[in-house]
Amino acid sequence: MFALLIEQVLNGLQLGVMLFMIAAGLTLVFGVMGVLNLAHGALYMVGAFAAAFIAAETGSVVLGILVAMPVAALAGLLIERLVIARLYARDHLDQVLATFGIVLFANEMMRILFGPRPLFLNVPDFAAGTLEILPGVPYPVWRLVIILVGLVVAGGLALLIERSRLGMLIRAGAQNRRMVAALGVDIGRLYAVLFALGGLLAGLAGAVAGPVLAVQVGMGEPVLILAFVVIVIGGIGSVRGAFTGALVVGLADTLGRAYLPELARAVLPPAAADQIGAALASMTIYLLMALVLAIRPKGVFGGRD
Amino acid sequence: MAAIDPHSTARPPAALAPTATAPTGHAARGGHASIIVVLLLALAPLVASAAGADYLVALTTRIAIWGLAAASLQMLIGAAGLPSLGHGAFVGIGAYAVGVAFHHAQGMDGALGFLAGGGADDLLVTLPVAALAAALIALPIGAISLRTSGAYFIMITLAFSQMLYFVTVAFADYGGEDGLSLWSRNTAAGLDTGDAIVFHYICLGLLALWLALAHRIAGSRYGLVLAAARDDDRRLRALGRSPYGLRLAAFMAAAAVAGVAGALNANLIGFVSPTPLAWTTSGELMVMVVLGGAATPAGAVIGAAILVVLEEMLGRWTEHWAAILGPMLVLAAIFNRGGVLGSLSRIGGRLRGGGRR
Repeated sequence: MFALLIEQVLNGLQLGVMLFMIAAGLTLVFGVMGVLNLAHGALYMVGAFAAAFIAAETGSVVLGILVAMPVAALAGLLIERLVIARLYARDHLDQVLATFGIVLFANEMMRILFGPRPLFLNVPDFAAGTLEILPGVPYPVWRLVIILVGLVVAGGLALLIERSRLGMLIRAGAQNRRMVAALGVDIGRLYAVLFALGGLLAGLAGAVAGPVLAVQVGMGEPVLILAFVVIVIGGIGSVRGAFTGALVVGLADTLGRAYLPELARAVLPPAAADQIGAALASMTIYLLMALVLAIRPKGVFGGRD
Repeated sequence: MAAIDPHSTARPPAALAPTATAPTGHAARGGHASIIVVLLLALAPLVASAAGADYLVALTTRIAIWGLAAASLQMLIGAAGLPSLGHGAFVGIGAYAVGVAFHHAQGMDGALGFLAGGGADDLLVTLPVAALAAALIALPIGAISLRTSGAYFIMITLAFSQMLYFVTVAFADYGGEDGLSLWSRNTAAGLDTGDAIVFHYICLGLLALWLALAHRIAGSRYGLVLAAARDDDRRLRALGRSPYGLRLAAFMAAAAVAGVAGALNANLIGFVSPTPLAWTTSGELMVMVVLGGAATPAGAVIGAAILVVLEEMLGRWTEHWAAILGPMLVLAAIFNRGGVLGSLSRIGGRLRGGGRR
């Protein structure tokens, strides 16, 4: 019972840090550039496919993950230069139309390049098997590695944003992007760098998640929507909000799926309980989002919209 | 005629009525476009069946149905400035209303049996039920989503529609992921709905009804206040009016109409599944509205026609049609500002003397 709880909490953390890596890029791009990018999930998918492809070719999963990051960053840069750069001044509807088109294109390209069947990515040798985190509680090492990677990324991103010149420009851009441009900063280059950084993080998330999930076409969209929930809860443009929101969503989703069906069986007639429990479990994070919004319409750490 | 009416002097002259002075004159132009669109959709199946191309009848029916769904979203996006990216969910709810009612009409069991009563399989019952179900589910979703605005609103409506998607997947009694089959079309007060042309005109009639209603709403006091809230929310508040209730009403009305479209689509394809609730349908609906031109309901129908025909044509040509459609949407977003109708009216303006815009 207790062991199961520990396991579920760790699973929730693992989902949480993964969501953070996706949501951080999404919220930075939105906060600084005001661009609603539906294609962000596609960068996550590109990262996962790149990792799976390189790992299959070279036999090294670690190499695959290392290659996935620049590949996804490059894809992000390409999308920014070719499409998004033309849409900064436009309203969200045009951005939705264009990035939806990119999603259709990216999904179909992956299907053409790698076929309709899911690819599989193995766990690297050093992280195979399980580790006894408490006496009698084994836990897959790879999931611990994901948690570690996510925490390192979060720390690095916090340092970057709080301590570096780039971070200063990002923070300033999120506050008032016209002013930053007026002060003589090459705002076009800042945007390109941000997009590449967002792509890199999303690609990393896709690559490390590859061994846990199946690498398949369309894997980016459910994650994109979860990332939306994360930044809506955390507040758009706030990396701290994205981190808090991601952990809360990761934990709530995992624990909801683990315990709500049981709870439903305890209070409802058995015939209906399974379905209503399953439905409730998949609703958990959205109910959470509704609750947060009812209290703070701009998210926990949110300011502008 | 006005002179005969003794009260007419107390009313504003027709020229000052809201419809005639509607902002930018879009409403009037859109009205003509709506009539043309409906006439084309009315003639197309006759021509098609005369030419022996029966599959075109189903295609125009699909255009009418998705045009109805897109036009309902246009009221939110274009008229009220509420960019909902979760509208597909209400199309899906409408479809499930038909599916669940049919399921129980066949004497089968299910978790919602207490709601469905004995079940039903006549459009006169299932369409209002679909509209009501969609509107009722839209109530809490709208009540929460409308506390936010702009991009938050886009993301939240998307998130809630995804939630409904997972809920429908979870209900195993109604097929879960696999959905339900409708063995026969809903009847409609004795009409032969199995006949493709009869069914087409039922769908088209409902589309025409909504287009007429949408133009009436846009020109009414309610529509003008909604548009005022779209253009300048703060000024409206300063005048002492909060747009929240008006927007919620629009959100529920649009959901109800989308529910009707979903019910019709379920009948057309004979199948109900979670697919329309998936986020791609919501994306496509938004694409239809923006592609055709969000300013008028007719634009949304034109957008629906373009997307339905494109998917059909590209789909016949290659299985990888999405790889072609995607870049086309990107180009449309970059170059086709204001949608097809917007571009047309720009070209028209230039031809008429160039001075405008």
